[in-house]
Amino acid sequence: MHHLTLAELARKLRAKEFSVTELTKALLGRIEASQPKLNAFITVTGESALAQAKAADGAFANGSAGPLTGLPLAHKDIFCTQGVKTSCGSKMLDNFVSPYDATVVEKLGAAGMVTLGKTNMDEFAMGSSNETSFYGPVKNPWDLSLVPGGSSGGSAAAVAARIAPIATATDTGGSIRQPASLCGVTGIKPTYGRVSRYGMIAFASSLDQGGLISQSAEDAAMVLTAMSGFDPRDSTSVDAPVPNYVETLNAPLTGLRIGLIKEFFEKGLDPNVENLIREALKVYEKLGATLVEVKLPALPLSVPTYYVVAPAECSSNLARFDGVRFGYRAKDPKDLMDLYKRSRGEGFGAEVKRRIMTGTYVLSAGYYDAYYLKAQRVRQLINLDFKRAFAEVDVLIGPTAPDVAFAIGAKSADPIQMYLNDIYTIGANLAGVPALSIPCGFVRDLPVGLQICGAHFAEAKLLNVAHAYQKETDWHRRIPAAFKAEKLS
Amino acid sequence: MSLNRDQINSIAHLARLSLTEAEIPVYQDSLSKIVALVGELELAQTAGIEPMAHPLPGVSQRLRPDVVTEKDQHELYQRNAPQVEAALYLVPKVIE
Repeated sequence: MHHLTLAELARKLRAKEFSVTELTKALLGRIEASQPKLNAFITVTGESALAQAKAADGAFANGSAGPLTGLPLAHKDIFCTQGVKTSCGSKMLDNFVSPYDATVVEKLGAAGMVTLGKTNMDEFAMGSSNETSFYGPVKNPWDLSLVPGGSSGGSAAAVAARIAPIATATDTGGSIRQPASLCGVTGIKPTYGRVSRYGMIAFASSLDQGGLISQSAEDAAMVLTAMSGFDPRDSTSVDAPVPNYVETLNAPLTGLRIGLIKEFFEKGLDPNVENLIREALKVYEKLGATLVEVKLPALPLSVPTYYVVAPAECSSNLARFDGVRFGYRAKDPKDLMDLYKRSRGEGFGAEVKRRIMTGTYVLSAGYYDAYYLKAQRVRQLINLDFKRAFAEVDVLIGPTAPDVAFAIGAKSADPIQMYLNDIYTIGANLAGVPALSIPCGFVRDLPVGLQICGAHFAEAKLLNVAHAYQKETDWHRRIPAAFKAEKLS
Repeated sequence: MSLNRDQINSIAHLARLSLTEAEIPVYQDSLSKIVALVGELELAQTAGIEPMAHPLPGVSQRLRPDVVTEKDQHELYQRNAPQVEAALYLVPKVIE
């Protein structure tokens, strides 16, 4: 049953072909068997998963089951889960047991979904390869010597290996879409403010957005409908109605105007990846869409803009980790300053410290205008570029990442090389617009992602456009050879 | 622009981070590269452009009525604290 999408699992549970308990046990077995190879999970919540499964079976028996009842999922370890360790991939929070649930966790739990566990991630979501996790790197299921992408690498690897049918994730600069691309799965970052950030450990508050990594656009539509919506506990949550994203999946694409961002095809894109993107565009033309070239001249500045804005917000958000109220505390501090400095110096990993220091520098006296204010102005230019583009076209389509997955260790010595992985994804975060990645083929036997981006609150359109492609192709149904069998060795 | 040792130490102090001797040259090198990367922003023409702090234009920060809505759960919250006594968080002595 591991090869079934969430939508198929829902139908089969309803038809009583197997029980939620049987499904949950099978997936827990796959998680356990794959853990030494993939390292996709930080915590497995087997006991509570089986209790939730039993309750879901009860709901099916007495006819009270809803559309998501009994469907298993994994949560990225950035979402707070009551009574369960919530580490954010960091030594700093290795001992943190959350006293409350994130809104996303609460909503999907209330919808009857079964939580299998918490997935591995780059420390505090800072990374593009999952190598910065305190719990060790996650491996790419397509080739265990390669990275899965990041920061939601555990969620992407888990879904790609079919050890979890769907997983939550977060995206600050590409952390859902880039790992989805590198692992050959579907990943959606909704509009900023669409999904509550309450209980989602903050990295860069004007960019962070929760979303999903799934096997298909249809699966994402089912769960996004339940996890989106206004939350009074998140001051940036948007009070706007949430459509049922499943209902519009099959709308025809006739007349769809697709924009191709000129700047994305100009340099740095692997030619084999480009060929696959062009092939995918032909599928859309066949479905009745027209292609238009658009220019977003400020977009090439998105990486430097991001590396001012995100570290600035990170240095401020991570000031809360002080060794006093929760989290890691250094041994035998000689005074309060020593307590702060060593708790933070020992509790944070190298990349997190790099970003905190970058943020501290760009916000420090004398540099604020030159870096932070300047970056906010360039962010506006990028935002205006997107706005102009969406006045002309319905969606923007292009690559998600410049290349396929790379070797573990290949880019970890040079932060700039690592940061450039997110060159195609960061723009959507800066402008706050939704974007998703779907698999569109293979280069050197490794998956390639196609990115589809829309105007604010155009999630329904994005999922519709992605679903139309997934009805014409089967890239999203491919499973890595080592994880095809029901029983993993 | 290259950051020197003193600048790294000063940034680390502002950020309340202890660095080991071995970490200092590593951050000197990588922070200098990052500062060079973000230096590209200088070239952008931004005269008359409003700085953008929030990705949804027109949406302002919501305020809630100033009333108590949380119940007292300090015992639950303090279970995560490294050192607590009489419901107070303990830190090294700050007043002689």
